[in-house]
Amino acid sequence: MADTPITIREALSAALREEMRRDERVFIMGEEVGVWGGTYAVTRGFLDEFGEKRVRDTPIAEMVIAGAATGAAMAGLRPVAEIMTINFAFLALDAIINHAAKVRYMFNGQFTVPLVVRTTTGGGKQLGATHSHAPEVIFAHFPGLYVAVPGTAYDAKGMLKAAIRDDNPVLFVEHSTMLQRRSPVPDDLDFTLPIGKSDVKRQGDDVTIVTYQKGLEWSMAAAEQLAKEGIEVEIIDLRWLRPLDLEPVFESFKKTNRCVIVEESLPHFNVGAEISAQLQEHMFDYMDAPIKRVSAMDIPLPYSRELELMALPSADKVVAAVKEVLGG
Amino acid sequence: MAAPNKETLLDWYRQMVLIRRFEERCAELYQQGLIGGFLHLYIGQEATGVGAVAALREQDHVITAYRDHGIALARGLDVNALMAEMLGKATGVSGGKGGSMHLANRDLRFWGGYGIVGGHLPLAAGIALKAKYNEEDEVVLCLMGDGATNIGYFHESLNLSAVWELPVVWLVENNQYGMGTSVARASGATEIVQKAMAYCCGPDGRGMAVGPRLDGMDVIAMYDGISEAIEHARTKGPILVESLTYRLEGHSMGDPQRYRTKEEVEEFSAAGPIGRFRNHLIEKYKNIGSRLDSIDQEVLDEVEAAVEFAQNSPDPTFEDLTSHVYVD
Repeated sequence: MADTPITIREALSAALREEMRRDERVFIMGEEVGVWGGTYAVTRGFLDEFGEKRVRDTPIAEMVIAGAATGAAMAGLRPVAEIMTINFAFLALDAIINHAAKVRYMFNGQFTVPLVVRTTTGGGKQLGATHSHAPEVIFAHFPGLYVAVPGTAYDAKGMLKAAIRDDNPVLFVEHSTMLQRRSPVPDDLDFTLPIGKSDVKRQGDDVTIVTYQKGLEWSMAAAEQLAKEGIEVEIIDLRWLRPLDLEPVFESFKKTNRCVIVEESLPHFNVGAEISAQLQEHMFDYMDAPIKRVSAMDIPLPYSRELELMALPSADKVVAAVKEVLGG
Repeated sequence: MAAPNKETLLDWYRQMVLIRRFEERCAELYQQGLIGGFLHLYIGQEATGVGAVAALREQDHVITAYRDHGIALARGLDVNALMAEMLGKATGVSGGKGGSMHLANRDLRFWGGYGIVGGHLPLAAGIALKAKYNEEDEVVLCLMGDGATNIGYFHESLNLSAVWELPVVWLVENNQYGMGTSVARASGATEIVQKAMAYCCGPDGRGMAVGPRLDGMDVIAMYDGISEAIEHARTKGPILVESLTYRLEGHSMGDPQRYRTKEEVEEFSAAGPIGRFRNHLIEKYKNIGSRLDSIDQEVLDEVEAAVEFAQNSPDPTFEDLTSHVYVD
């Protein structure tokens, strides 16, 4: 069966629809999932197909969206809760981290939390400081929770279906500026991708780039520019911030001996900090140059288009970082 | 609702004495350094917990805050396993990972004690949603202190339960103080049931019912009031009930109690729930004194046996330390 090119939005929608058709316990609840059809139109048409019982609009109240979904999951349902943006998920930090992620451990395995919280991340839309972050790394700090960060339609579908079928709580982060990106995706109803597996998105021998989501786009664009100059980068898409799969990163680093980490989050205590630490712990003997991080600047994001672009990473910044680790 | 017979009343007496003796012994063990962390005693509030839990049917659910020993004992959790949890042993109800604030038994539909003020309220809503979703005749009893009624979780959870018509009895144990701050100094509404009015009276009478203010020092009044509330919840929707009670001990161990006078505590102590119920039973049944005395002795023996069981139990192992973070 030929894979059909679809957008990330369509991939997410298909994953949700297929899983709701497959399992009566799966339902969606959250901000504007029903009558509105999803603020990013992922759940358009769902209310007609599945009805109000399984497509539940909520008040704009993130604490209870995440908390009630956690309780429903503990009790045996399989909720997919939607919080419009990850900025608003800050209000639900306690429900997600202190409760969804911890009740299993705290009560010695008595409770299971098959919960997915879907949300969107990212800047670049001139929404100002409170609406423009990529702070998913915060959630990846805590054991008990998985954090998904898909960057292609193929990954989005396979990972969301896997997240819904898994018995652990998953924060499923979608990038708000990437929903129209298109790639071939299998139609197979049982297509899922393993949880916690990173993926080599481009092969090359000169520099390893570790990245995810929006960083993947900047890195792929940078790779094209660099290839014209004879520099071949290897790009590893993490896909999950927890579980974090660094084996392909280590394998690549053994070959390239150089690494750039590209992400949209802020530089302080970010994904790149963790990966740099792990590379020096495990790969010190292979290291030929200091590891370089490309991230947003260490400021709240501004409104002005020009200023916002200055603050965010870009393909050019990735190109410069790669040349720097090559000693250029 | 059948009036409780003599044996039932004697069982309630036994439960109340058990809670009292269990906790007095816990306080001693705490002073000896055998119990760590926080220890929030329920002493003074026994009638509320015993009467309310007695009103539950087998299929109903109960969840509470961190002052949870009394609710756990009333719901019939094993005394040995509870004491073992207090001592952090592998044989504890939560394997020694939860401690005093995190007791639970899923099989008995006791969903736990929770250490974050208000954090369990949305969980209660979610468990109730499961019952409604599956069209099961089940009610969730969610206990909380008066202090929890000032936090966002309370308002978001009450509101959602009203909008979704969830079968929840919200029971506020008004013991007059949130830690050391009195209700009058912390809450705009000093009669907590008034807060339910904000979420009542929707279209077609939908919404939160404003329940009674019950005498929380009278186990029979609690049983009657919560039985009616459960009937309301299963047929009409959520209801908020207030229990007027008093915490005779400090908030946790080592509370200097500068916020109240000794006279105030003595006054409530004299009118305490156990002595009051004992007097009631002596007035109601001839020659019951010796039965009560033998119950007192049985309970003492039971608690001592539990302490012995706990002290002789093994500590959790390294394997326990790392288990149940995720579902494997």
